Amino acid sequence: MPLGGESSDVLKAMDWKAYEKPNDLREALRLLEQACGMGRVIAGGTDLMPQVRRGECHADLLVDITGIAALKGIKEEDGWIFIGAGVTHAEVAGHPVLQREAKALAEGCRKVGSPQIRNMGTLVGNVVTAQPAADGAIPLMVLEAGLQVTSNQGERWVPLEDAYEGIGFSSIDATREIVTRVRFQKLGERAETGFFRMARRKALALPVVNGAVSITLSPSGKRVEKARIALGPVAEKPFRSREAEARLESGDLSHEILLAVSRIASEEANPRTSDRGGSAYRKEMVRVQLFRLLEKVVKEAREKG
Amino acid sequence: MVEVEVPRERIEVKEMKVRIHVNGSWVEREIRPDLILLDFLREDLGLLGTKKGCEEGECGVCTVLMNGKAVLSCLVPALKANGAEILTIEGLAERGRLHPIQQAFWEEGAVQCGYCTPGMVLSAKALLDEHPEPPTEEIKEAISGNLCRCTGYGRIVRAIEVASERMGKKKG
Repeated sequence: MPLGGESSDVLKAMDWKAYEKPNDLREALRLLEQACGMGRVIAGGTDLMPQVRRGECHADLLVDITGIAALKGIKEEDGWIFIGAGVTHAEVAGHPVLQREAKALAEGCRKVGSPQIRNMGTLVGNVVTAQPAADGAIPLMVLEAGLQVTSNQGERWVPLEDAYEGIGFSSIDATREIVTRVRFQKLGERAETGFFRMARRKALALPVVNGAVSITLSPSGKRVEKARIALGPVAEKPFRSREAEARLESGDLSHEILLAVSRIASEEANPRTSDRGGSAYRKEMVRVQLFRLLEKVVKEAREKG
Repeated sequence: MVEVEVPRERIEVKEMKVRIHVNGSWVEREIRPDLILLDFLREDLGLLGTKKGCEEGECGVCTVLMNGKAVLSCLVPALKANGAEILTIEGLAERGRLHPIQQAFWEEGAVQCGYCTPGMVLSAKALLDEHPEPPTEEIKEAISGNLCRCTGYGRIVRAIEVASERMGKKKG
């Protein structure tokens, strides 16, 4: 940009023309409706602001939902956990109930971006931006989370997997819908979750690969009754490795079965080659990292019981 | 994505009033709605201590405290900070006396070119406000969102440890 008078307010195109921060959900929905598709929800803004600057997102009106008190809390109710759309990664990572009941999620959120990004960005935003290796969304996959989506047409629950349409494309329409909270069921006594992440740097580096696991042991502790495995970025969306899950549920726990499960997951994974890692390398790292995580999570689940 | 004909004229551009508590006093201004907090601090208030770096949330030189938490002012619309409490590097020294963190940075040689320093100091302040005696690992994590290309971080970590010790003693 030239240093002279060219960048005057009159000449510079506006990134957005209006900004509203209502303290009520209904008011937020009304504002979006009035904007006829040219409004957009903003929460933490850590992904949206760079997108706006790169010209990837055009909105005339930004509706900031972080002033809505009803979207702020983390609640436990009838065996479910609810996390409001205004809850930041830092709040998830530091929450004692989540550290106990959904360790993978607390750990994943603790790895997002940097301390500043975690103070600003929200867990729900991490889902709506629809990146396949989002450190908050990958653990939500193994928790089989659902999103509560509210619009002027009413309210619905969307399974997390259905919220993704492609890399960076969510099925949630942020020009007229607001995700109000995310929920998942508590896993119970014999269950444990875990998260892994591999990146070039510990902060401010997107992952080469990441993944989460949730297992529920049988009463004897010899088998895995229920297994959920999610990996990123190995597909267009956070990827549930269903064949590997089925294999883990298929027989008694052993070193061999964990090796087989990791190998199957690695074969199912279909990562792209990017500057963060080649496809073959990423597949191999899925195998190695997943095996280590499975060993750890099985051990922790047994110690719990 | 499908291009849709939209009545773009429906949203009128108007200056909007913002009221922010900056370094201990309320300021009120009429601003353009897409003004970013970083530019508000630097251009409208003349607080040039907050630096402009990557402008995409990677480098941390624009770090300020918003309601006590470290945030990146390059990613915060000024109107998002409406009603909030903002602390910039200018708000740390009291009556001409450096804040203990600033003092320690100076004494320990934690400042070289100085561009990352305001953000670094504010990330350290957010940490010490919450954990007055953090282990070294926690210090490193707290400044992991602030890039420094001169010092190699060792002296910065040391300065924060020194500040932590002194601030602990002062409180007794």
